Amino acid sequence: MTMDRIDKIIDKYLDEEGVLIQLLLEIQRDFNWIPKEAIKRINERLKIPVSQIYRVASFYTGLSLKPIGRHLVRVCAGTACYVRGGPRVLDSVERILEVKSGETTDDLKFTLETVNCLGCCALGPVIEIDGQYHGKLTPASVEKLLSGYD
Amino acid sequence: MKRLRSPSDLEQFRKDILNKKDPERPAIAICVSTGCEALGVKNVLKSFQEEIEKQNLQGKIDIKETGCLGFCEKGPRIVIYPEEVYYFKVKVADVSEIVSKTLIGKEVIEKLLYTDPTTGKTARRLSEVPFYKYQNRLLLDDNAKVNPKKIEDYIGLGGYSALAKAFFQMTPDQVLDEVKKSKLRGRGGGGFPTGRKWESTRDAVGEPKYVIVNCDEGDPGAFMNRALMEGNPHSILEGLIIGAYAIGASEGFIYVRQEYPLAVENMQLAIDQAEEYGLLGKDILGSGFDFIVKIHKGAGAFVSGESSALMTALEGKVGEPRPKYVHTSEKGVWDKPSTLNNVETWANIPLIINKGAKWFESIGTEGSKGTKIFALAGKVNNTGLVEVPMGMTLRDIIYKIGGGIQKGKKFKGVQTGGPSGGVIPEQYLDSPVDFDELTKLGSIMGSGGMIVMDEDTCMVDMARYFVNFLCDESCGKCVPCREGLKQARKILKRIVAGKGEEEDVSKLQEIAEVTSIASLCALGQTAANPMLTTLRYFNDEYEAHIKEKKCPALVCKELVSYYIDPAKCRACTLCFRNCPVDAIEGERNKIHIIDQEKCTKCGTCFEVCPPAFRAVDRISGEPVPAPVPEEQRFLKREKKGNKGKGAVD
Ligand SMILES: Cc1cc2nc3c(=O)[nH]c(=O)nc-3n(C[C@H](O)[C@H](O)[C@H](O)COP(=O)(O)O)c2cc1C
Ligand code: SF4
Ligand code: FES
Repeated sequence: MTMDRIDKIIDKYLDEEGVLIQLLLEIQRDFNWIPKEAIKRINERLKIPVSQIYRVASFYTGLSLKPIGRHLVRVCAGTACYVRGGPRVLDSVERILEVKSGETTDDLKFTLETVNCLGCCALGPVIEIDGQYHGKLTPASVEKLLSGYD
Repeated sequence: MKRLRSPSDLEQFRKDILNKKDPERPAIAICVSTGCEALGVKNVLKSFQEEIEKQNLQGKIDIKETGCLGFCEKGPRIVIYPEEVYYFKVKVADVSEIVSKTLIGKEVIEKLLYTDPTTGKTARRLSEVPFYKYQNRLLLDDNAKVNPKKIEDYIGLGGYSALAKAFFQMTPDQVLDEVKKSKLRGRGGGGFPTGRKWESTRDAVGEPKYVIVNCDEGDPGAFMNRALMEGNPHSILEGLIIGAYAIGASEGFIYVRQEYPLAVENMQLAIDQAEEYGLLGKDILGSGFDFIVKIHKGAGAFVSGESSALMTALEGKVGEPRPKYVHTSEKGVWDKPSTLNNVETWANIPLIINKGAKWFESIGTEGSKGTKIFALAGKVNNTGLVEVPMGMTLRDIIYKIGGGIQKGKKFKGVQTGGPSGGVIPEQYLDSPVDFDELTKLGSIMGSGGMIVMDEDTCMVDMARYFVNFLCDESCGKCVPCREGLKQARKILKRIVAGKGEEEDVSKLQEIAEVTSIASLCALGQTAANPMLTTLRYFNDEYEAHIKEKKCPALVCKELVSYYIDPAKCRACTLCFRNCPVDAIEGERNKIHIIDQEKCTKCGTCFEVCPPAFRAVDRISGEPVPAPVPEEQRFLKREKKGNKGKGAVD
């Protein structure tokens, strides 16, 4: 089942050069992380060395070698959000979820990440939850926001 | 859909599009870009669709989904045509009124217009809104007029006429010459003359040649490229195709950061549509010129926006810079000649071809021509995208367009150029935005990030922020950048924690010198700018942190304490109830006290204390006063209508 899904994605990239990053991004989007099986399979089918796959997967913040929670919370740590109180929003999220940036809650409900900029700087501080953007946040409003997820 | 095989096909197609359009037909243009989406525009859009159905107006009113007009702060934003009425902060609840009153009844709803906070006057037209009045929106204006998902909209506005002109009325050399004469300089940060870059790729040996769009937009706090790519992808594509023609490139790449999913989606659609119409692919417009374009998504690394790193990433490898003994314009992707330009650079090309180098050159300053888009953000009243002619002063941008500093606070500095730039202080606010002028001040033009900081921003902390950012983003390939930044971060962390030592400042300066000279790529070479400019212009803040252990802006956590002034506390329990770590002790009518040991300095109490009391103080550089003795903590409160009856406990 998992293998099928992986193979289907790899199929799209068979005859091209320089596809590794694009391929990994698609696997990341499908699985929310890069499973070990995928790395093995890419190595088998595209003959790309495992070390190179690991290297790429660990270099980019958009690729994750650990499974992530049901909801992905990304707090913007960009400059515009920073000067508008982003760090305090991050503090609150960390306190509420009881995890640090880069970690997943024990119940696999939330994964918390920081990102450099979400491109909504005029609305800072901004966070993105499962692809949905939320702007002009305060420590208090973020608490309410997070309580809406299960 | 018909493939266009000649310039006259294109013209005919344009006429057909325009003929089908009824300029009098009412229409609503809604911004569906990321900014407005964050403010809930999807629901507003849905409710317009429902309302139109409900009122049986299908086919009589058009809804156009457009890109960003830059004033994201006041979104969701809509425009009503043909009257061109602009409404801001539109909510679902306003929708039915807009349909019946404005679209049908032709009546303007005052409360949805932009209101000037200083004069209280409303503005119907964009030209009356100060945020727009002083701009010169050569590139951004069309964002409100086209649906980025429809090539017909772009063509209707004259799109791809520059391409037809370049291909059929000019030789590649003439196109290149025109771009050179326009004196266009790259918008990605370095300000390299675009024509010269094109020329070296054209002259380099090797086939195929590549042209590449850089939409990595790594500067955290900037979103100019996102707005252009989401809002008007064809303008970038047209520029790219013209560039390919001038250079003799047969393949193009568009490198977009994956954090911009809508930009990726709209650009892919644009490519597909251009191919369908024969504006891309084989034998473009019957000219015999072939050119294909692919999108490549960036997986999130600041350094991958650097030219050689980006090209390495295009090859599917880890996007790290490589030494540039040979320029990427000569040996780039797969070692083939490659020209890389920023999104905004490419978007300028159709304008230059259509209106001529002379026209372009007439805008701007001696060394910097044309307009520049900035992402104005931070502590300024009007945040958003502003496009101004080069040469406008920072003061005009921040005060006339930006409407000044939020909450009447005092301006402290403005960061241009993102992490590679520097902070410019008040005494240089009258400097023009111009590549060379900003460099003189120790900053750079950069790609357009412009973060305004006020008296509540700590400059040492900002330097720490940027160095920390760059340190995390350094690829680690070369020692000066990797180790130098690590040391600088350590020192800055020490200073903001109140553990700075006298010689730290000179150490930072030393590190700055080495990283600037000895780093491999521009990330390391420019990394010292935030440090150097803050040291140069805000040395007193460094001194305060190091010598007095004080953060004058009251930002650095380790140097700030929160304290409840017993003389002002009315014991309302608001802070007591809101403190997330239960560090506040008190009850109704008993003056509250913060347990300094437990306090995490989150600042919640400072924020929730009612403005009428303002009892929470922030203290830095001096000891926190001892708590009031227990017996003095009981408030004597006067009961309403029960005057003089003493304490209620
Ligand atoms: C660390 C680093 C990051 C960069 N990021 C970007 C970027 O996100 N977008 C961009 O257009 N240029 C970026 N640049 C500049 C590019 O290297 C290159 O100069 C530019 O894309 C050339 O386009 P232009 O001539 O049109 O400015 C970056 C440079 C460095 C050193
Ligand atoms: S200067 Fe920094 S980012 Fe650039 S190559 Fe060296 S280590 Fe990498
Ligand atoms: S800085 Fe936070 S969205 Fe750009």
